[in-house]
Amino acid sequence: MLSILRKPIHLSICAALSLVISFSHVWASSKISIGMQQEPTSLDPTADATASIDGMLSHNVYESLTTVNESGEVLPALATDWQVSKDGLEYLFNLRQNVKFHDGTVFDSEDVVFSFERAMSDDSVNPTKKIFKPIESISAPDNHSVVIKLKKKDAFFLFNMAKGDASIVAAESSSSNNEKPVGTGPFVFDDWKRGDRLILSKNVDWYDAASVSVEKVEFRFISDAAAATAAMMAEELDAFPGFPAPELLDQFEADPRFQVTIGSTEGEVILAFNNKKSPFDNLNVRRALSHAINRDEIIDGAMYGRAVPIGSFYPPHGAAYVDLTEVYEHDLGKSKELLKSAGLEIGELSLRVPPFPYATRSAEIVQAQFAKAGIDVKVENVEWGFWIDEVYKKKNYDMTIIAHTSPNDLGNFARGPKYFYGFDDAAYNDLYANIVGEADPKKRILLIKEAQRYLTNKAVHGFLFQLPKLGIFKKGIEGFWKSAPVLYQPLRNISIN
Amino acid sequence: MYFFIFNRIANFIVTIFVVSIIVFAAMNVLPGDPALTILGLDATEDALDALREKLGLNEPLIKRYFSWIINALSGNFGVSHSFSVPVSELIIERLPLTVSLAISGMLCTIFLAFVLGVFAAANHQRSGDWGVMIISQLGIAVPAFWLSILLVLLFAVKLRWLPPGGFPGWESPIDALRSLIMPTLSLTLVQSAVLARVTRSSMLEIKRQDYIRTAQASGLHPRRILWLHTLPNALIPIVTIIGMQFAALVTGTIVIENVFYLPGLGKLIFQSISNRDLPTVQALVMLFAAIVIVANFIVDIAYSFIDPRLRERT
Repeated sequence: MLSILRKPIHLSICAALSLVISFSHVWASSKISIGMQQEPTSLDPTADATASIDGMLSHNVYESLTTVNESGEVLPALATDWQVSKDGLEYLFNLRQNVKFHDGTVFDSEDVVFSFERAMSDDSVNPTKKIFKPIESISAPDNHSVVIKLKKKDAFFLFNMAKGDASIVAAESSSSNNEKPVGTGPFVFDDWKRGDRLILSKNVDWYDAASVSVEKVEFRFISDAAAATAAMMAEELDAFPGFPAPELLDQFEADPRFQVTIGSTEGEVILAFNNKKSPFDNLNVRRALSHAINRDEIIDGAMYGRAVPIGSFYPPHGAAYVDLTEVYEHDLGKSKELLKSAGLEIGELSLRVPPFPYATRSAEIVQAQFAKAGIDVKVENVEWGFWIDEVYKKKNYDMTIIAHTSPNDLGNFARGPKYFYGFDDAAYNDLYANIVGEADPKKRILLIKEAQRYLTNKAVHGFLFQLPKLGIFKKGIEGFWKSAPVLYQPLRNISIN
Repeated sequence: MYFFIFNRIANFIVTIFVVSIIVFAAMNVLPGDPALTILGLDATEDALDALREKLGLNEPLIKRYFSWIINALSGNFGVSHSFSVPVSELIIERLPLTVSLAISGMLCTIFLAFVLGVFAAANHQRSGDWGVMIISQLGIAVPAFWLSILLVLLFAVKLRWLPPGGFPGWESPIDALRSLIMPTLSLTLVQSAVLARVTRSSMLEIKRQDYIRTAQASGLHPRRILWLHTLPNALIPIVTIIGMQFAALVTGTIVIENVFYLPGLGKLIFQSISNRDLPTVQALVMLFAAIVIVANFIVDIAYSFIDPRLRERT
């Protein structure tokens, strides 16, 4: 059986409408200034993992074959529809026609093949090359369709193809995308003053330009939380969709000029244990530490109450979420008992934390909580480059606090002993392989639930809370996502009233 | 004089060379992986290898250093690892802002410090003197970044007279000047407090000299004594401090540019260090070192203008 997804496109109607609207917009010009905490170093999402590149450009300047909506559901983008073969190994994508890149070159199947082959090649520096690993081959039967053959079934394939890493770029412009991004999306790149701002303007030739109401978008890079607050308060900015400081939200909530949204990201904040290293290779020790954690206290102290606790490694807003926060309820008695049964002499443990406020604040509270359970913790605040090298690469740590912000990242626990978790579990690897290979969404949800329970049961890490997405917007600005299922934020639905 | 200049240039070259070795060694000893920083935690091993190869990180350290220094001598400072554009391009687009900030900061510091310092010295042990001393003590005690936040809250958030940060570029000169006012003030207030105190004590020192007493005895107007006899002779320690302060101002822009989100060199070096962007850090540190050395050189030259005795000796 073929599963078919179709979206009827009446091109002539669209073109006519866009013409009418684009004229009507000549006088109804609207500009929006958006604050971004992270400054990009490149504008090419296929060569740099900086989240703000995706945040600004994916599905705004660049488009991929598919896209997702706020609930993470896969929708058509440059592919208008697709058919999947019965064995789940062959995807036929029908491409949108009459699409042009912003530099005027025509988009067709050759560009898709080029983009994929570029990402899959040996010298590819794609930051998420692993999403292309299941691909066996890609070919173009004609100008308006591509066939992708997979080596093995991949339930996340269509979702992954929506990512910025899978943006469709043209051979003519791909090498200069790091400075002058050229895509097919609803916004055209205008200008980038490195370190200061990036400006996009509406692409009147986009296939659904009629539905885009914002004419100009200006991103301003402000890393300091106090400076970001001042910029919003002085109304230099209209929106700060990823506001960095939960402690500063109150004043915006009390101010009638603003609206504040508190949603969820895909970022699970964990107190990671180095599972390979003693005493964390002992299940009872990991369970004892999990019982010593008081999540509510951490959320109050580190996030000013603006976060949701998690009991495993899956976002609470996800369809397959199971609430496992009660499995290791805060209980010092149980914690001490488990430690005793482990029979180990536990010396001082190091907690190396990267320089993110959620991590450094949580670390101090964890230190105090573990002290009550009789465990000495030494907190070491380290710089990000140091963290990447010492903790992530060399696994030279006892515990750390980090948010994993990628969607569908249960696969982290199947990355084997080389990954910094040091968690190597054959049963879990099989379970994860089943999740990836399961085509039926309902069965997949059951498997994902099982995986969460498995990880909680093994107390692989201390699971703390889901990183919130805090948004501050001027009143009258609509259309920003409250939660972020992906790194990008489509701007085409944003309106200013 | 020629020997003096030759000596200075030789000093300059040796210092820059030593700085280049220290930066290169420090950045390589520092834990960190530029490829992993660029490609992130989801990167696969083969993509990381491909990037390391592309950036030339697989070459031996000594070879990398020498190819860097040979290129640098011909004016080529390499390509930034994280921005993938020539480092010189990055620096040139940000230099005007930082230089404007440092120069306006220096000029304001000198102006404010002279006015306050001379005023305090002229009103020695009177209320004006005490007032200046208290204000300058406060100025020294207040950290620049805290002061900037207070300035922003008052002038940008409350009164809305000035933008809270950012730099629109010199294409719109009035907006550009407006956006430099608060950063300049934040840099100036702390530095001028220090300089005002030095100016005051140096003036008081000179006032006790015999020739000043002679001038007073011969009936010269006090203002004439102050401007023509006291101040010029008090300049030597003041100029020394100004030279040191210029270096502090240039590095002070790193903090100020982050608070006022100004796209200058300070923000660039901050970002490049955390990205382990070696070519950019290397070029920037050398540039800062060169600025400091040149500032000191100018101070040395200035001495010989201020003090005729030094000119005679050389």
